[in-house]
Amino acid sequence: MTTTVATVEEGTDSPYALSHLDALESEGVHIFREVAGEFENPVILFSGGKDSIVMLHLALKAFAPAAVPFSLLHVDTGHNFPEVIEYRDRTVARHNLRLHVASVQDYIDRGVLRERPDGTRNPLQTLPLTEKIQSEKFDAVFGGGRRDEEKARAKERVFSLRDEFSQWDPRRQRPELWNLYNGRHAPGEHVRVFPLSNWTELDVWQYIAREGIELPEIYYAHEREVFQRGGMWLTAGEWGGPKDGETVEKRLIRYRTVGDMSCTGAVDSDAVTLDQVIAEIAASRLTERGATRADDKLSEAAMEDRKREGYF
Amino acid sequence: MSTTTTEELSATTLLRFATAGSVDDGKSTLVGRLLHDSKSVLTDQLEAVERASASRGQEGPDLALLTDGLRAEREQGITIDVAYRYFATARRRFILADTPGHVQYTRNMVTGASTAELTVILVDARNGVVEQTRRHAAIAALLRVPHVVLAVNKMDLVDYQESVFAAIAEEFTAYAIELGVPEVTAIPISALAGDNVVEPSANMDWYGGPTVLEHLETVPVTHDLSHCHARLPVQYVIRPQSAEHPDYRGYAGQIAAGSFRVGEQVMVLPSGRTTKISGIDLLGKPVDVAWTTQSVTVLLEDDIDISRGDLIVPSKDAPATTQDIEATVCHVADQPLTVGHRVLLKHGTRTVKAIVKDIPSRLTLDDLSLHPHPGQLVANDIGRVKIRTAEPLPVDSYADSRRTGSFILIDPADGTTLTAGMVGESFASPEPVKDEAEDDGWDF
Repeated sequence: MTTTVATVEEGTDSPYALSHLDALESEGVHIFREVAGEFENPVILFSGGKDSIVMLHLALKAFAPAAVPFSLLHVDTGHNFPEVIEYRDRTVARHNLRLHVASVQDYIDRGVLRERPDGTRNPLQTLPLTEKIQSEKFDAVFGGGRRDEEKARAKERVFSLRDEFSQWDPRRQRPELWNLYNGRHAPGEHVRVFPLSNWTELDVWQYIAREGIELPEIYYAHEREVFQRGGMWLTAGEWGGPKDGETVEKRLIRYRTVGDMSCTGAVDSDAVTLDQVIAEIAASRLTERGATRADDKLSEAAMEDRKREGYF
Repeated sequence: MSTTTTEELSATTLLRFATAGSVDDGKSTLVGRLLHDSKSVLTDQLEAVERASASRGQEGPDLALLTDGLRAEREQGITIDVAYRYFATARRRFILADTPGHVQYTRNMVTGASTAELTVILVDARNGVVEQTRRHAAIAALLRVPHVVLAVNKMDLVDYQESVFAAIAEEFTAYAIELGVPEVTAIPISALAGDNVVEPSANMDWYGGPTVLEHLETVPVTHDLSHCHARLPVQYVIRPQSAEHPDYRGYAGQIAAGSFRVGEQVMVLPSGRTTKISGIDLLGKPVDVAWTTQSVTVLLEDDIDISRGDLIVPSKDAPATTQDIEATVCHVADQPLTVGHRVLLKHGTRTVKAIVKDIPSRLTLDDLSLHPHPGQLVANDIGRVKIRTAEPLPVDSYADSRRTGSFILIDPADGTTLTAGMVGESFASPEPVKDEAEDDGWDF
């Protein structure tokens, strides 16, 4: 494909109408600056996945030419893709950022958390995350969640109040009017902030293409040793696969989402460039989650997947 | 699946719109139909709907179930809330504020309408304009949503009769114009059968207008800068203090209205000091001019004291600053708002202490009558309020600027968002009806 990604004014609109990507970018930057202006100790959740990479990119733009006034926080499950960890550390060094790591493995080693029989560590992320928020006294925590991801997320606020246990109470949600975000919170409470609330998966990819943002290699098609479990292609590795009866094969695949190796499925793909990835997503008849959890078609899938993301 | 190219997908604008309709008007079906027929529902989502429909014994997929997660939660009483949904066509991206229709959810429609450029108000063709329709129109008018669509639904149940549609459209339009709604587009539809939602209806060849989606795709996103007062609330001061930028001092914010140009004489409020714009950075790259709703960083010629909460405006077009605000408000919290209530008021990037001095009236949306001195406003009430602020604020009339004419009240004790406020007169005065003769000889 030889298409280019450009922002063009729509004929029916005034020349001052922003392209949809410019409008989303401007809104995201506004949200970052509101948090910088109103909170004492914000942190950006950074997993090395595309959404958190776009978040960091927006933050870099929002405060340029000054440094980003936030640190990063990664919840390391211990089952992360090595390419992603390498990307994380390179990014932190390049922008001279401070990285906090909440390690699931540490909790397991100390006996605070126990490995689950199914091997997935996603539900185990919550405790290290919330304890880190408490111990570091973070009062605003940026997450890359998007409302298009699932029905429950469709009602999430941009500024989402969490109690001292980091719990989200839909009944306590504040109406969000105009762009007047309300970040008031009591000591011990914090606010989760979602600057990409109004972005879709395709918006994220188009923005990555427009801005020329580098991503971990696993987002592009590559040959990889995978095996099938529960209808998904999982990366073989020391984390716990394959088991008896599961066979490893080499396939041309890529990842649409990046999470824990134990539960993030790959899709068959030969898309090696951004344009090819965008074309593939635009033509896909499966959602981001449906594609990587193709077996999981019950409504519970949304909740499961939300846990898989761990942060929301 | 349409064969949309990457290029087409990027060359789009964004339209934020809200839906309003009573519970049985078919709003969920309309939303489901828009999502489904614009090919925004993917196979796995549709399969989930098909399974759910089948398990309920329905023959075909019930499109209302696409938004059913929300309804189920409502039934359980977990939340009564606005949901945001996303879909796209080759021409535009849409953010839909899907608001519940019950009368007690006025605050949700206000929330959805606050960011909307357009509102779709649904009526049942069999019932015509009812009280609820008038409430929806009144809220669209109060919030000054630029475009209103009247979707006359269930036309299949009135034999697709033009006369039914025409009577409803006429009654609604007359009412909306009286409220000062600038533009009404009436469309006869059947959300269930798919008439005029995405595809033109073969059952209503008497209708020559656009389908709902066509209208959403082509309605102009209004940015008429020539009549706008330029406003930039300062969000954050950017001072790198690095070797590379030792003297950089930029005032960051999202332009709330109008445009700013390098070289322009500006005033900083509330201090009233004046200076000139020496540079504008649009997220890292210098530009000569920037406009609403771009997030920018402005550099000024003189080193004057400016901080978060200040407002940069053109010297020749500064709003008056005042400590006494009169506004129409919608109360959104469960605890009431009373005279004497001490609150925080957030306007733009500034939050100040304030006190509710008076509540002169409460508005009854059904007939727009005023109930004098109600004493308090409870959840979903709309009323007039007089507020005294601890510091002077540069407020515009909401009629002039939705961003710098709006504010929220916050409970200082627990941080609850109490009230949505709009400065100035409640309803726009209707456009003077032009005498037909006056138009003669004029060809614009």
